[in-house]
Amino acid sequence: MIDFIVHGKQDTVGVLVRDAVKDQRLTGWNMETDGTLEAIARADIPLGQKIALRPIGEGEQVIKYNVPIGKATREILPGDHVHTHNLRSARW
Amino acid sequence: MRQRTFLGYRRENGRVGVRNHVVILPVDDISNAACEAVAHNVKGTLALPHAYGRLQFGEDLELFFRTLIGTGANPNVAACVVIGIEPEWTQKVVEGIARTGKPVAGFSIERNGDFKTIEAASRTAMRFLQDASERRREECDVRELYVSAKCGESDTTTGLASCPAVGEVFDHLDALGATMSFGETSELTGAEQICASRAATPEVAEQFLGMFRAYNEFIVSQGVDLLGSQPTQGNIRGGLTTIEEKALGNLQKIGRKCRFVGCLQPAEAPRGPGLWFMDTSSAAAEAVTLWAASGAVVHLFPTGQGNIVGNPIEPVIKVSGNPVTVRTMSEHIDVDVSGLLQREYTLEEAGDRVWDMMIRVAGGRLTCAEALGHREFVLTKLYRSA
Repeated sequence: MIDFIVHGKQDTVGVLVRDAVKDQRLTGWNMETDGTLEAIARADIPLGQKIALRPIGEGEQVIKYNVPIGKATREILPGDHVHTHNLRSARW
Repeated sequence: MRQRTFLGYRRENGRVGVRNHVVILPVDDISNAACEAVAHNVKGTLALPHAYGRLQFGEDLELFFRTLIGTGANPNVAACVVIGIEPEWTQKVVEGIARTGKPVAGFSIERNGDFKTIEAASRTAMRFLQDASERRREECDVRELYVSAKCGESDTTTGLASCPAVGEVFDHLDALGATMSFGETSELTGAEQICASRAATPEVAEQFLGMFRAYNEFIVSQGVDLLGSQPTQGNIRGGLTTIEEKALGNLQKIGRKCRFVGCLQPAEAPRGPGLWFMDTSSAAAEAVTLWAASGAVVHLFPTGQGNIVGNPIEPVIKVSGNPVTVRTMSEHIDVDVSGLLQREYTLEEAGDRVWDMMIRVAGGRLTCAEALGHREFVLTKLYRSA
């Protein structure tokens, strides 16, 4: 069973493909490397939303598809829910 | 094994259509009522009411005529009755459509009134319809198709499943010599350099970036940014946080191999086979209307949260990888690729599913949007009328 998918090997976030609850141990699949990885959710995260895979400092770029998708607006810890409350576009 | 032939309608100019509509086309907003009356009189004809056609000027007027003429000229249209308030613009649309060789006739309302116009147009529409009903489908090659693609109500599953599945189909169509188009200019923000790198030549890449910059300069010139509207609230609910993330998912639908050979103005027809970029809005009904006017006969539409758009003349095939959407909105989804998220099948197999549905729809199967009567015909307006 896959809980989250990671697009690229440099990505710092994965996408939940099932709803996750806080403290749940999750199994992920990296599409690029075909490897599996694990994470522990630090919050409830619904299907389709993102989980942090490693620490991301405030102002640091968040990587998905191996490219930046915006900047962290506060410090993000592994397992954190990543969305509009802590990530914002670098374009507008 | 992906099927490479289907039963289509070969038109007078050699182009291949997948539908056999007889269209009643208003030149302007005030001729909608007459067109709808004709479509009421002659069962099986299709009126295309719209909001514009008066006092437009310049580039906006050129786009208007290109869209109307292109719609009538689309190979999915067997014949066309055109009704306008004045004879001159009516005749201009008729002559544009007539270049395809298909049956077309124009009627103008001034000095006739609605009653006389409706009667005369109904008699012609009836003849066109009965003649069209005798047209037969014949075997056509998939390379004769012109297929457009855009996604809508995207979410993170779009980039994981439905867009790459459509991308699989685009790569295969490209290899076989078919014609394809994608667009959504401002929605490529954050992926514009990756998109430019997929151009066939440096000149085409520069042309694309020029269109991209011009679109964004237009937005900035309005004194605003797109925060709050790009991503949309539906996109955000589905997990997309930023425009960059949305754009990168969006771009998955042009596949991994094919390169775009040129750039098109809105509603401009491709000048040969291969993949073409078209400068369009990302609003679904507007964009699909532009592709239909450029001659596209089938549209592939990846969706995450569940966009329900259709088009009156170009069948729109919905592809979704979101398991919640395919369960809660099943009447809108033609192809379910949600199994990709649990690796129940490969991306190539998901591509097979989309391909199979594309061939079936090309052969006459009605899409969900067609069955549900989604006929969104929405003209792109560049600026206000005089």
